[in-house]
Amino acid sequence: MTAGGGAPTPYIPNTDADRALMLARLGIDSIETLFDDLPAALRDPAIALPPALAEAELMRLLARRGAQNAAGERPSFLGAGAYRRSIPAITAHLVSRSEFATSYTPYQPEISQGTLQAAFEYQSVVCELTGMEVSNTGMYDVASATAEACLLAARVTGRRALALLEPLHPGTADVVRTYAFGAGLRVDTLSAPQAMTAEHACLVAQQPDFLGAIRDLESVAGAAHDAGALCIAVADPFALGLLRAPGDAGADLVTGEGRDLAGPPGFGGPSLGIFAARERFLRQLPGRIVGRTRELAREGHEPRTGYVLTLQAREQFIRRERATSNFSTGQALLALAFTISVQALGPQGLRRAAELCYQRAHDAAARIGALPGFAIVERGPWFQEFLVRGPLPPAELARRLAAREITAGLDVSARPEPEARDALLFCVTEATAPEHVDALVAAMGTIGARS
Amino acid sequence: MEFPPQLRYTTSDEWLHVQGREGVVGITDHAQDQLGDIVFVELPEIGRQVKRGEAFGVIESVKAVCDLHTPVDGEVIARNDALTDAPELVNRSPYADGWMIRLRLSDPAQATELRDAAAYQAALPAAPAH
Amino acid sequence: MSHDGDVGARLAFDRGAPGRRAVDVARWEGTPAALPPPGLLRDAVRLPELSQGELVRYYTELSGRNFGVDSGTYPLGSCTMKYNPKVDDLVASLPAFAEAHPLAPAATMQGTLRTLAELAAMLGELTGLPAVGLAPAAGAQGELAGMLMVRRALERRGDLAGRRRVLVPDSAHGTNPATAAMAGFEVTEVPSGPDGSIDQQALARTLDGDVAALMVTVPNTLGLWERGIEAVAARVHEAGALLYGDGANLNAILGRVRFGDLGFDVVHLNLHKTFSTPHGGGGPGAGPVCATPALAPFLPAPVVTEDADGSLRLVRPEHSIGQLQQFHGSIGVLLRAHAYIRSLGIEGLRAVSANAVLNANYLRALLEGSYALPYQRRALHEVVFSGSPQRREHGVRTYDIAKRLIDYGFHPPTVYFPLIVEEALMIEPTETESRESIEAFAAALRAIAEEAERDPDLLHAAPRHAPIGRLDEAGAARRPVLRWQPPAQPAEPRDER
Ligand SMILES: Cc1ncc(COP(=O)(O)O)c(C=O)c1O
Repeated sequence: MTAGGGAPTPYIPNTDADRALMLARLGIDSIETLFDDLPAALRDPAIALPPALAEAELMRLLARRGAQNAAGERPSFLGAGAYRRSIPAITAHLVSRSEFATSYTPYQPEISQGTLQAAFEYQSVVCELTGMEVSNTGMYDVASATAEACLLAARVTGRRALALLEPLHPGTADVVRTYAFGAGLRVDTLSAPQAMTAEHACLVAQQPDFLGAIRDLESVAGAAHDAGALCIAVADPFALGLLRAPGDAGADLVTGEGRDLAGPPGFGGPSLGIFAARERFLRQLPGRIVGRTRELAREGHEPRTGYVLTLQAREQFIRRERATSNFSTGQALLALAFTISVQALGPQGLRRAAELCYQRAHDAAARIGALPGFAIVERGPWFQEFLVRGPLPPAELARRLAAREITAGLDVSARPEPEARDALLFCVTEATAPEHVDALVAAMGTIGARS
Repeated sequence: MEFPPQLRYTTSDEWLHVQGREGVVGITDHAQDQLGDIVFVELPEIGRQVKRGEAFGVIESVKAVCDLHTPVDGEVIARNDALTDAPELVNRSPYADGWMIRLRLSDPAQATELRDAAAYQAALPAAPAH
Repeated sequence: MSHDGDVGARLAFDRGAPGRRAVDVARWEGTPAALPPPGLLRDAVRLPELSQGELVRYYTELSGRNFGVDSGTYPLGSCTMKYNPKVDDLVASLPAFAEAHPLAPAATMQGTLRTLAELAAMLGELTGLPAVGLAPAAGAQGELAGMLMVRRALERRGDLAGRRRVLVPDSAHGTNPATAAMAGFEVTEVPSGPDGSIDQQALARTLDGDVAALMVTVPNTLGLWERGIEAVAARVHEAGALLYGDGANLNAILGRVRFGDLGFDVVHLNLHKTFSTPHGGGGPGAGPVCATPALAPFLPAPVVTEDADGSLRLVRPEHSIGQLQQFHGSIGVLLRAHAYIRSLGIEGLRAVSANAVLNANYLRALLEGSYALPYQRRALHEVVFSGSPQRREHGVRTYDIAKRLIDYGFHPPTVYFPLIVEEALMIEPTETESRESIEAFAAALRAIAEEAERDPDLLHAAPRHAPIGRLDEAGAARRPVLRWQPPAQPAEPRDER
């Protein structure tokens, strides 16, 4: 690659001439000398990688790979933790500014006020939506944030068991179990909050629940508190444009997934774990926290407002093995995107978008429920997801729809809840194209008529 | 830097002021200087029994965190709640307003095993110019 | 950059006016369904109301108060702040990848799955550890995955109860001990010797039958090769423990030596560092784990597998530690890493480590004499200086030196880490800095060393040419203000009854 003594790659400026100058200064004649400490017997192994590709070739390769994905194009009614949203155009525009995108954790506040002030906006937005008093700057995703919330609950209560209230997203439950394995905590799955005992540090409840229904969080929180445990609400932040803030309903900690409002689903990641809490847990929070402060006094100079990373004695780089978490690099750019999307929508826009989502989903459900052979499972109030039973077994129905290039809702028929029996979990949001819903209803009508 | 002669000192930079069967505990001027701006002090519940060398609390500065160790055995009979709102008192006045807890001593004789001011000062590393 | 005005005092929440909006939302035209009962609904939510132009200006102004790799030299040690190719961002944003739902049937996702499988294979090849799990979201989560794999492996062989301790060198990044604790182990710190490598005798004394693993960073956080690591590996294995590798510093040894060949059982890599994802102001990243075949059954879920007919799908390894995220990992970051490796090939990657190490040593040579060098050894990807002479002789702290660098137009290096170096200045130039920019950076640091002698107060007062001066960090922590709150309402008129 070093043809003609030029730079070895477009990203490395040093030419042979540069290298010669630098080596001369070091008094050596080969870069290899710099690696002399490495064990000679193991050095420079044969490594088989595909050949290097120039930019245009790389784009062709990935365009070919992209063409092997059919998922993006088709009508899809999958939700189950990832929801397509109408993202304002300014979001992608602003987060692509390289001053935001190519900086890192704001260790030097004097030249990181952009990241820091935006993080403070994020914390403010999260507190407003969730009804909580404090928020960190975001975690990996909803599931790991929920697992961290469980660890916090175990720390502050001194209890060694966690309670998960079904229906909970299986991915969230899985991650809680992964973290609990390390912490040596027991994980119990409850079908009703009344099954809480004095052994449980917390009760984890999803809002809306995994099968789409809107919970009465107040009664859930009450049951947790009666058992002396914390209530952790796992809430969809978009749905909170319409639904009661979990903090209002008595939750002690709130987690959620912010990815959907930050950008396209991206096959599930990177994501954004929302983590908010009551003030009394402030010093137990995992992750980074940004605080507002002022410049130090200088003569003849009115101190201005600025932002810094704060309460860092909780964190791994100071407290090491006694830190509240090992959290380091997070999801700052997604948090920025989330903040801009929510602020662009504003108070009315967010409410209106959430209602539009609600109405489109309910309209689609009503049309499907009216088809011969199809029924919507009755579960009380719901937001954007509904259970459909059709004239065919769920897997077969999904296959028939796939044959028409429509991706059905998730097959939940193997779940323990009676309402999930024989059902597919369909999702329609404000961003689902109306013609996709038309296509679905038409396809289902045909399938229903034939069976 | 000052190290009042009437106090006794631990190797972990706490001081003890024995007053009859009671003793007051805080951290030294050297300790507060090393920690820098103190931002939070966590103190024990009143009534707690503490054993010599055991951590009775935690002190945080902007960039560091340390356990606070009790110099002697005893029962916590008072704590300085003013530090909740004004942890900077520890920086400003480590031996007076920045006190942390008052103990009922289980065995006042234990205090004699602690260092006196001269011995404590002699064991400190040479201070940088600042 | 505008330096006047108190930009920080006015959040988006404080700007705009009621009734403005930045984006329209379609209206529902059909017959509305009844909303849920009011008890389940919220009151109004307090959010800013700005026109689109105002909101764009506000965030554009904030971006101007930031410094990124695209702005200038950013030699933040241990963070590998290299220039990130834009084509990698473009690849990740292609709709065919970006628009996919995480639960889309595997048959409709073969392009993405093929790309992920190829990335896993390439990382396995580069580390010599072929069992690769792509799920972890960042380095720290990769560490957790690796240490939980250790835990699971010990549990499976009935050896967990007796092995409670994990050994961590005192030079380690804070995530290492924090991770070991999260994985349920007690941490024993192992001191470094005078040459910056692990003190072999101290290690021998503490390496007993109750040790689960030793966590080692290679090259270590001093930017030095861990001497005798192969022998350490053998000793760890003899004691029945596992060897964990922190591969965050892979940039230094890309293509030159492999963790698997050195005797490591499992390592994590920081793809956002070595393999080009813009750091985003603090993420997102990705921290895959690479392990020996013996540990493959414990990998985090999911992993990509290929069926006999050549089609790919996601599966859960037999004794997996479980999932780390609700879905499959930081796919967008994984796609960037794949694009980066495919565009460079092995020769390009070797050029990366060659030039990263050359740049660090060149910088070391240019600064020797101006700052103390605690370890008189050749550097690898980064070099750690100490500002303790400046502190002792002139009352200038590394903190002040860092702030003064801002005035010279550079992002300061990492400071006060690793903890075993007093007044540490940890500098990682990376391979994407030119010789001239390294010379300019060194000239600035040399000038600052002179200023420290001549005019220490100049450094104490720095920075002067930044969007904002030094901030009251103690005040921020003593009386935390952590969110916007509406301006205090005038006191309610008193009820005069
Ligand atoms: C040596 C080392 N190990 C681990 C980590 C943790 O990685 P991450 O920040 O991606 O969690 C870092 C960086 O922060 C590091 O420099």
